[in-house]
Amino acid sequence: MLSYLEFEKPIAELEGKVQELKTLAQEDPSVSISDEVAKLETKAAQLLKDTYSRLDPWQKTQVARHPNRPHFVDYVKNLIQDFTPLAGDRLFAEDAAIIGGLGRFRGRSVVVMGHEKGSDMETRMRHNFGMARPEGYRKGIRLLDMAERFDMPVITLVDTAGAYPGIGSEERGVAEAIARSMDRCLGLSVPLISVVIGEGMSGGAIAIAAGNRVLMLEHSIYAVISPEGCSSILWRSSDKTKEAATAMKVTAQSLEELGIIDRILPEPVGGAHRERAQMIRETGDAIEEELRGLDGLDADALRRQRREKFMAMGRLGIS
Amino acid sequence: MNWINNVVRPKIQRVFKKRDTPDNLWVKCSNCGEMVFHRDLITAYNVCPSCDFHMKLGTKERFGQLFDNGEYEEIAIPEVPADPLKFRDQKRYPERLKDARAKTGRNDAVTVAHGALDGIETVISVQDFAFMGGSLGMAAGEAIVVGAREALERKAPYIVVAAAGGARMQEGILSLMQMPRTTVAVQMLREARLPYIVVLTDPTTGGVTASYAMLGDVQIAEPGALIGFAGPRVIEQTIREKLPQGFQRAEYLLEHGMVDMVVHRHELKATLARTIRLLTHRPGSALKQETLPATRPNPPAPVA
Repeated sequence: MLSYLEFEKPIAELEGKVQELKTLAQEDPSVSISDEVAKLETKAAQLLKDTYSRLDPWQKTQVARHPNRPHFVDYVKNLIQDFTPLAGDRLFAEDAAIIGGLGRFRGRSVVVMGHEKGSDMETRMRHNFGMARPEGYRKGIRLLDMAERFDMPVITLVDTAGAYPGIGSEERGVAEAIARSMDRCLGLSVPLISVVIGEGMSGGAIAIAAGNRVLMLEHSIYAVISPEGCSSILWRSSDKTKEAATAMKVTAQSLEELGIIDRILPEPVGGAHRERAQMIRETGDAIEEELRGLDGLDADALRRQRREKFMAMGRLGIS
Repeated sequence: MNWINNVVRPKIQRVFKKRDTPDNLWVKCSNCGEMVFHRDLITAYNVCPSCDFHMKLGTKERFGQLFDNGEYEEIAIPEVPADPLKFRDQKRYPERLKDARAKTGRNDAVTVAHGALDGIETVISVQDFAFMGGSLGMAAGEAIVVGAREALERKAPYIVVAAAGGARMQEGILSLMQMPRTTVAVQMLREARLPYIVVLTDPTTGGVTASYAMLGDVQIAEPGALIGFAGPRVIEQTIREKLPQGFQRAEYLLEHGMVDMVVHRHELKATLARTIRLLTHRPGSALKQETLPATRPNPPAPVA
């Protein structure tokens, strides 16, 4: 069952009607409504296309958080062979908000990790809605160390509302864990490709997103704070999320203009959740291309490229 | 003419002189409620003489305390794009900037200076909470980076006195990107084996704590300083319970292994000097623990 977002209501109605008519035709083959169905289907497809070609930043935020949007586990299942998840930070605990491990990506041994939000109540609880505690980032650092030691490229998939704000998180130094994780990413001597597949919010996202190449799905968002957080701090109100998302320029399109990301991966019409397999495959193709583009670079060049890229941010793309 | 010189001029002067005298000679300590004479507070670097509460200290006063004889030279920060996102919330961002500049007399939240600390050439960056909550935007990030570059050039240790609510939301993603930028700056110091010391002051939270402010070779915190990633209000809203007493305070962080030491402001300079001398294989210092200034700095420090 596809779930519809608030702004998709007109699309839902049309698609619902199409479905109704089709059921009707099945039950009573004597009624000929194929013309009607075809017309409605075209209309629905056109509306979907139109709607998705002009999503505003707040609508994109909702698409980026769509419950049916492919998550980390979906990408891994379809793109990574021999996936071997590795658990624990060796210091305190395992944190399933960040999953990571070894695997084979299109013939290469890689380290892959990312936030997993979960897709039903049980998995959402297990993965803490993709909000990592310090242990998640420290496990990540361990995996980055290993990637470097065994000369494996790293793929990170970013999809988080932010690091978890709780007593334990603070007690065990989540800020320090994020800082070290970012530090480790920036100093890494193997290729690092980061893809924002859903939402990349705040420090919890950048902690694993300081890649040689940073990619974003067309309707994903990336920001310094969630639109909700920004609304409550700057407007002192919880209902200015649309204004906040717009003002912060959270969309992939804005971020490409600002020179923050390197590439936008187009989504199927109606969003990644409508054609999950296609989205995942195309994301894989893009990652493969980007990895190939870094193939000639040695450890020093990789590190330098990454550092210079981030150092230059804010100088380019701003008029 | 005599009449003008003898009567009018003194009168005019008196009007202006009146303005020069501070109207609040007594400052109430926000912790113990004691009234403190403002000059005593300045002499004590804004530490309450009766309860030892560390009030916020201005940029100038901080430099004045740490650099020998209060002598230092500020380092210019290159211009960064102003209002890159054309951000507007309830107010336009340029207006907020203008207000903050008028209030603090600073261009942005971080000021960089170099000078001698216990005779050792040192670069210090001070983050001023009074400037839009010390928030980390492009200008502040650039200042942290410029300070690191200056330290590299001078082969000098780098001290960052941090204080911030977090990222400058009005600069959106460009603010978030100051986290990796400043982290790269720290890496450059590390590779050059130059000491990088962070002094965490009240409060230091958000993206600042999650980048350069937690990456020091040595982490010093001022007593009672609030230090964390998420602010206490956000945590309370998330977990829906009251936070324990002293949570996220400097002493709590020390107990939980997140900082090396909690140091009284009056011992800060001596501690920094000793640490730097050890890390750079210099002979020990004659600097006494208590480093109160011989002469009172002026003008009066802004008090929180």
